Amino acid sequence: MNVLLGIAGSDESDDALRETVDRAVEAGDDLTAAILEGADHDRSADDLESQAREMIDDAGLDATIRRVSGDPGSELVEIAEREGFDRLVIGGGQRSPMGKIQLGSITEFVLLNAQVSVTLVR
Amino acid sequence: MSGDRIYPDEATGGFAAPPLSFEDREGREVEIRAFEPKELDAVSEMYADFDPADRAQGIPPTGEDRIEGWLSTLVEEGLNVVAWHGERAAGHATLVPDAENGETYELAIFVLQEYQEAGIGSRMMECLLGHGEAEGVERVWLTVERWNRAAVSLYEKMGFETSNAESFELEMSLRLH
Repeated sequence: MNVLLGIAGSDESDDALRETVDRAVEAGDDLTAAILEGADHDRSADDLESQAREMIDDAGLDATIRRVSGDPGSELVEIAEREGFDRLVIGGGQRSPMGKIQLGSITEFVLLNAQVSVTLVR
Repeated sequence: MSGDRIYPDEATGGFAAPPLSFEDREGREVEIRAFEPKELDAVSEMYADFDPADRAQGIPPTGEDRIEGWLSTLVEEGLNVVAWHGERAAGHATLVPDAENGETYELAIFVLQEYQEAGIGSRMMECLLGHGEAEGVERVWLTVERWNRAAVSLYEKMGFETSNAESFELEMSLRLH
């Protein structure tokens, strides 16, 4: 399967990266990891890219990493459609102090607007 | 995410603090009291009986261990009131401080299925906000699924105003002081 993973720099996208890499190794997916430069995160895009590179290399996977600028949600949806990806993967679901699950704005946008199936990693 | 949350300009105060005794619409004697640690087991039991269809945004969690872990955070850090029908917990409402500042509190309320639609929820809200008011809580927020009209109108009745309508869930807020 041709999989596009969005990396937004949150703890949830670390989990998403780990799970997606593991699955790609097992299932032989073609993985593209998109570093979302427009996402609101504390870490630099360079940090995110080297972390992703390390995890992918450690898994012995041959995956593509690319930088995506502009509005993260709409860019992800657009790329998935234009380039014929089978599936989009994103992390999502932060917990409030109360323990309520809250979806971030990128996640919401992707879930509502993607034409391809979306995997939400939890 | 909570740093830029919008609150009403005007404070809504004057809520009745617990305890509060009343007869619900089904003729049951109900008492609402501030939570005491020795009541933890009875409240856990209420959540063990909770209908999964009444969960919202992942809470209450399921399974004994997860329920206990979740409840311990609420009772250690938050302000809690419980509605009692005799020895049985019929409902629980909680205010949990936001980790970032400790000044704003997230609200949630749960009523066991067989005690719903009997006027217990609105009295628990009243008591919880009264409890918070007495303890110096200034600002309260919550999220609610937008299709849950009954809950939204209860919150509106208490003085909550919609502060963010752009997400899947409505965010509402209230100022106590």
